[in-house]
Amino acid sequence: MNFYVLMKRTFDTEEKIAINGGQIAEDGAEFIINPYDEYAIEEAIQLRDEHDGEVTVVSVGSEEAEKQLRTALAMGADKAVLINIEDDVEETDQFTTARILAEYLKDKEADLILAGNVAIDGGSGQVGPRVAEQLNIPYVTTITSIKIDGETVTIVRDVEGDSETLETSLPLLVTAQQGLNEPRYPSLPGIMKAKKKPLEELELDDLDLEEDDVEAKTKTIEIYLPPKKEAGRVLEGEIDQQVKELVDLLHKNNKVV
Amino acid sequence: MGKKVLVLGEMRDGALRNVSFEALAAGRTIANDGEVVGVLIGETVASQGQELIAYGADRVVVVEDEKLKHYSSDGFAQAFLAVVEAEGPEGIVFGHTALGKDLSPRIAGKLGSGLISDVTSLEGEGDDVVFVRPIYSGKAFEKKMVKEGIVFATIRPNNIAPLEKDASRSGKVITLSAEIKDLRTIIKDVVRKATEGVDLSEAKVVIAGGRGVKSEDGFKPLQELADVLGGAVGASRGACDAEYCDYSLQIGQTGKVVTPDLYIACGISGAIQHLAGMSNSKVIVAINKDPEANIFKVADYGIVGDLFEVIPLLTEEFKKLKVATS
Repeated sequence: MNFYVLMKRTFDTEEKIAINGGQIAEDGAEFIINPYDEYAIEEAIQLRDEHDGEVTVVSVGSEEAEKQLRTALAMGADKAVLINIEDDVEETDQFTTARILAEYLKDKEADLILAGNVAIDGGSGQVGPRVAEQLNIPYVTTITSIKIDGETVTIVRDVEGDSETLETSLPLLVTAQQGLNEPRYPSLPGIMKAKKKPLEELELDDLDLEEDDVEAKTKTIEIYLPPKKEAGRVLEGEIDQQVKELVDLLHKNNKVV
Repeated sequence: MGKKVLVLGEMRDGALRNVSFEALAAGRTIANDGEVVGVLIGETVASQGQELIAYGADRVVVVEDEKLKHYSSDGFAQAFLAVVEAEGPEGIVFGHTALGKDLSPRIAGKLGSGLISDVTSLEGEGDDVVFVRPIYSGKAFEKKMVKEGIVFATIRPNNIAPLEKDASRSGKVITLSAEIKDLRTIIKDVVRKATEGVDLSEAKVVIAGGRGVKSEDGFKPLQELADVLGGAVGASRGACDAEYCDYSLQIGQTGKVVTPDLYIACGISGAIQHLAGMSNSKVIVAINKDPEANIFKVADYGIVGDLFEVIPLLTEEFKKLKVATS
């Protein structure tokens, strides 16, 4: 079976965020595989081990994403593809990324495409379903379990805490939710092997796309940090007095109750 | 120039969700002096049309079919696209809910349009409207505009004030017939884990428990406090991992993002992943035994103490307040 995983290199949002020249400052920041994409990679590896086939991890971005692609290979993926748009595209949005990925995937005869349900940096959660729509295949978002039995696929998905069981068929795109699996850490032999695994680099030209075809439909006009919250007040005195004061503050000052 | 804006009315348990009224307000801002058209999709939903009009829709288009009883992206996409085809909108607004998140990228993909997701406020009107949305797990914000094509956005529940309900407003509720075929995914079973009552992501008050709650029983006083305040109970990942409660209550980077008017964190240390899910709440109260706990750094008010002592006292005080103000 042909498994494809859509992967994004993201800023580790556990890091402190600073703005520099209107952009999120990246100097010295830690970059990781988007955590939800890690679930997708792990699931693809497990499904390949069960059903045979090949796992290809695809990323749209810059040369720097090579590091995260190598990590995916070290986890156990078979091949990696970097679609490097650094020199071709100035402004990107989810339309851009989805258009490029769909163009790459259209003749790959993918049986199952896996992605994270959202990236922790941009947080839009659009790319997976957009790609499925363009490939005209069904998709299921925020999945916590997937079983493939011949042509039938049984999936459990998380819907705001409820769980929904559904049946569908291949080819299919799914997006991973927390709870799907526990992603493995790359082993040392895995890391050694990853160095020899194929990592293909493509540009827009290779996909017969022009910059105009993928031009963003939206633009970012400003990035800013939320106003610093004033230091809170830790109440003092006897506990029952503190409780009375708190209720009074919430009622009279903040008017939230 | 005014725009025509479609706003999807989302149903839950036979009633419209609050976020749909908030979406109508956002739709009104985008439409400027144009037209806001409510859209209802389901098996029998036309009866909710008047409610959408009372909250700001000028008229409502309904698509009904037995295949639309449960949400599926195939079914709802066909129904919504039939409305798009008939109406030719210049703007679309959905709630940023499980349904909105699942459906909106597909519609945008089909229309070849942009989509600005998870919007928390709008600035300006009509063509100049600017959308504000949190990025990097709420640690930063970005302002976005649409460059070309349909102005399409999903809005985060509890952030945009709905218009005041005006039951005297009138408008047409019309039914559009659309052929719904080929559902490629079939729902076999739904297990409702989310607690009855107030929806966590839309609650105005959230009482959240962490490891400090110590057991499943430990959540009982939190539930009592939530009941008095008409709020919902949530939890940190720590409490879920320790099996004190179901993962459906989890608030954080993984889990739900909530922005209630009042968030009371009980026995929650305040790990960064948890803060990502609640730090934009309007007022935050922290109750924790450890005066050094990180949660106090984001709290507006803190009480250093045992939550099992503090919460029941708090419940009593709020009860008294309720009596005094009613």
